[in-house]
Amino acid sequence: MKVLDEVGRDTTSVFAYAGGVSELLVDALRFIVMLQIRVGETFDQAFLLGVQSWPIVVLTALFTGMVFSLESAVQAVSYGVGNLVGGVVAFSTVRELGPMLSAVVVAGRTGAAIAAELGSMTVTEQIEALQSLGLSPTRMLVVPRLVALVVMLPLLAMIADVVSILGGMWVAHIYAHISYESFIDSARFIVPFGDVLRSLVKSAVFAVIIAIVGAYQGLSTRGGAAGVGRSTTGAVVVSVILIFVFNLALSYLLYGGS
Amino acid sequence: MPEIWARIEDVCVRYGPKIVMENLTLDIVEGAITCIIGLSGAGKSTTLRLLNGLKQPDSGHVYIKGRDITTLRERELIDLRRTIGFSFQFAALFDSLTVGENVALPLRENTHMSEAEIKDVVAHTLESVGLAHMEDRYPSELSGGMVKRAGFARAVAINPQAVLYDEPTTGLDPIITHVLTDLIVTQRRRLNGTAVVVSHDLPSIYLMADYIAMLFEGAIVAYGSVEEIWRSENPIVQQFLQGSEIGPIPI
Repeated sequence: MKVLDEVGRDTTSVFAYAGGVSELLVDALRFIVMLQIRVGETFDQAFLLGVQSWPIVVLTALFTGMVFSLESAVQAVSYGVGNLVGGVVAFSTVRELGPMLSAVVVAGRTGAAIAAELGSMTVTEQIEALQSLGLSPTRMLVVPRLVALVVMLPLLAMIADVVSILGGMWVAHIYAHISYESFIDSARFIVPFGDVLRSLVKSAVFAVIIAIVGAYQGLSTRGGAAGVGRSTTGAVVVSVILIFVFNLALSYLLYGGS
Repeated sequence: MPEIWARIEDVCVRYGPKIVMENLTLDIVEGAITCIIGLSGAGKSTTLRLLNGLKQPDSGHVYIKGRDITTLRERELIDLRRTIGFSFQFAALFDSLTVGENVALPLRENTHMSEAEIKDVVAHTLESVGLAHMEDRYPSELSGGMVKRAGFARAVAINPQAVLYDEPTTGLDPIITHVLTDLIVTQRRRLNGTAVVVSHDLPSIYLMADYIAMLFEGAIVAYGSVEEIWRSENPIVQQFLQGSEIGPIPI
């Protein structure tokens, strides 16, 4: 019975969490639809959450592209299909690696930052202070972060795509003597422009997950400094899990069997 | 008969299994300073949060000027809160904003005032709490008493019909305590409104209160003027006022 009790409690808390996150998202979307967006704050957040994330996104994308190319180029050449390496690297980067890598990196950096900031505001009563002034924390704090991330994460993913492909191209050239022209031609042939646009849709969805989960964790923080720590960790863990789950669903919906 | 600004009626509040309030009923007189006293954890701060809808009761009603706010939607509660100032125990100033920006925030977001008008109101409000020319300071650069006064300034900047003060003098030295007590009285007069103060700083309460309500174990056990409370024969009230270890209040 005790086990069943615990399973029941855990199930309830999962649904309560999902309900809370969904409610926050709907509330934020309502303000966005009504164009109640604080433009200055949104630009500030775009800089803090997006622009300042580019070095880490570039670094991870660069090395991942290089490793991917390193491991596939020699094999491909040995099978006589070295001319396909550019396509393989670009295909996997644009569809999966670019959006996923940038999202996971940003979830670790930015999702944690959102949860920590809002969590700290919650435990110091600053969120209640906003409410007592007749101001909505969703409009004041969540909407600017959500809009900023939805704009910035697809841009970061595109940068990640470009850097990863360039890194892969360089390694393929140095290590397997695949010419730049052959690499680029293969990439252009295999990856249609539609795939790039669809990958941006993925990034936008990941941005929503990171911003809303981070904000929800922050706003539901309880228990002082330790609570802020728990919220920050929770924001990253939940965001990353959701990014992987949604990536599967989005890949199926956007690309189907192609 | 004095007019009633707020009425808390048969309210029950629970935090998990803990019952904080049980059938609590309290009237707040309009145009007066009502002080709510009681032990730590008695539900004093929760009472303040009931009055501006930050906390919803599990049962019962809260009326502000005859309107039941427990049935209001969030949008309507937001409008209500714009007419009630709230001064937090630890001021809860936004630490990323300067003092001036903190005071200006409700004016910028809730009114159509021009920047010049906002600047004037901020300067005037800060001056009224003894913080003239402190607009550009950050909360971290202020002393405890100054932070509290900046919190007062933000709470009264929009000329609310009532101001709720949560432990305004706790942890401050006697001189600053006196200054803040005077401020609460002068701000109430300036706004011609109502003030509700949660505190257990008795000397301060005797100076400012028009009415005192004592909370004990989730209910009001005494209510009246300072003199009535002082003369109360209720042993709980007497034990609290005298700070005695002996009496019906369990230690």
